[in-house]
Amino acid sequence: MSEVEFTHTSHYLALGEKKLVASRCKACGKLYFPARPMCPECYGKDMEAVELSGKGTLAAYSVIYIAPSAMIQAGYDRKNPYCAGVVKLEEGPSICAQILGVDMAHPETIVIGTPVRATFLTRGEGEAARTFLGFEV
Amino acid sequence: MSKRTLGRKVALVGAGMSKFGAFPGKSTRDLFVDAFQEMLASVDKGFDPRDIEALFIGNFSSDLFENQGHTAPIMADWVGLTPRPATRVEDACASGGVALRQGIQAIASGLYDIVLVGGIEKMTDLPIERVTDTLAIAADALYEVPAGFTFPGLYASMATAYMAEYGAPLDVFLKVGYKNHENGALNAKAQFGQRIADIMEIRKKSAIKKGLPVPTWEDEMAFLRDERANPIIAWPMRLYDCSPVSDGAAVVILVSEELAKRFSDAPLYIIGSGQASDGATHSRPTMTSLPAAKHAAAQAYEMAGVRPADIQLAEVHDCFTVAEIIASEDLGFFAAGQGWRAAAEGQTARNGAHPINTSGGLKSKGHPVGASGVGQVLEIWKQLRGEAGERQLPGNPTLGLTHNVGGTGQTCTVHIFERR
Repeated sequence: MSEVEFTHTSHYLALGEKKLVASRCKACGKLYFPARPMCPECYGKDMEAVELSGKGTLAAYSVIYIAPSAMIQAGYDRKNPYCAGVVKLEEGPSICAQILGVDMAHPETIVIGTPVRATFLTRGEGEAARTFLGFEV
Repeated sequence: MSKRTLGRKVALVGAGMSKFGAFPGKSTRDLFVDAFQEMLASVDKGFDPRDIEALFIGNFSSDLFENQGHTAPIMADWVGLTPRPATRVEDACASGGVALRQGIQAIASGLYDIVLVGGIEKMTDLPIERVTDTLAIAADALYEVPAGFTFPGLYASMATAYMAEYGAPLDVFLKVGYKNHENGALNAKAQFGQRIADIMEIRKKSAIKKGLPVPTWEDEMAFLRDERANPIIAWPMRLYDCSPVSDGAAVVILVSEELAKRFSDAPLYIIGSGQASDGATHSRPTMTSLPAAKHAAAQAYEMAGVRPADIQLAEVHDCFTVAEIIASEDLGFFAAGQGWRAAAEGQTARNGAHPINTSGGLKSKGHPVGASGVGQVLEIWKQLRGEAGERQLPGNPTLGLTHNVGGTGQTCTVHIFERR
């Protein structure tokens, strides 16, 4: 078994430390982000932690006007839309994240393939505060 | 893997649905009764419901929509079918399609001869934010939803990836919605059964009545491009790109092939069935195709021994307009990157070479999520039996297909129906 535990808890704790921690299968070398506790490719169960650079490119996106409750609480709505997207990381895996630094009023100007860099967003206050992954153009 | 076949062939001998729409004061069980009654009336040679041996009910989330879990036995009870086994099936918006496949398998296995397959959902009691949140539980709560994604947002992201990869223009999505409203206007069961031109007139009359400035639009596309008439939900998906929040139920009766003629003059035979699964949206090699849809389609085509070009009509899962275009490629009707051109050229219209969503699709007919996969079968039932009224396709079609998706393609089912 892996020495480190790979769960959503470890994923978000790492984001709190401004780190993107992936897991790599020691048997076949396949890399997973978010990190996984076993390798669904070769069924290997010995996984090691690998810190990612946080660099990637935008693969898909949307500027969202009708927000879910969590994003409404974070201050977003029809008058203040936000961008969510899929980012392909330079190490290979892709991930969903909020995208910052783009022109929400002109979503057609956002270009797929644009290089982006990881940033760390705090939503919620006090005990409920949590760090989420974002990417900045 | 070797070719998969059903252990015993399965036929469809009856089908019914409630109207789809917003029905305050009605619960899923009331809508289910409406669908059940219509199903009974649809069986050509009559049918004693006591002959039903088991029920499979697709239902995504009555738990959160109605504060009601454990819905399958309630449906059995409300139509007088207890103590027969009643099983709820949940695979998000593909719950109905998977319930259908479970019913098929139950007959193919030899365990039962006569099975009821239903789909139910009651979504309109909750305020819109809670509907959005409830639908979002079908996405990955740990890694998709925290990014701020909603379902419109996830499909809109596929749209931006599709536009970038294939050069599709924004207007093509609007044309899919326009086409589905043209079809839905001919379907009395549709929730939004108006043509876009009718909706424009309604808006004008409403403005006159309220003493407001009367809006004018050059044509339907101008209306659909108008931010006030057709606001953005998740760019580039606008209101008329998104299926609505709906209540509804649908019911079909499956029997073993040898019993089909006992009940029906014109049964449909289910000659192909496929189902596949997939991981989160970001974990796939592509954002412009649903791999699970391709797998399910390949299984169904192989079992049926037919090719995509043989299919004369398809009901596909147009939860968003981009999804219909992607489905038309995943199902092999058009090559990758050509679906948008086919839609723009009218090939998927009722009078086109490859009619898609003659019912109005989820967009116009409505999308009570757990019912949708069974509701799609109703259109194939009517079209292949020549009972689709004003929207009936010419040429006595004999081969139809349904394509039902859960989430952003974590579940997909494809079924092929034949009239002999």
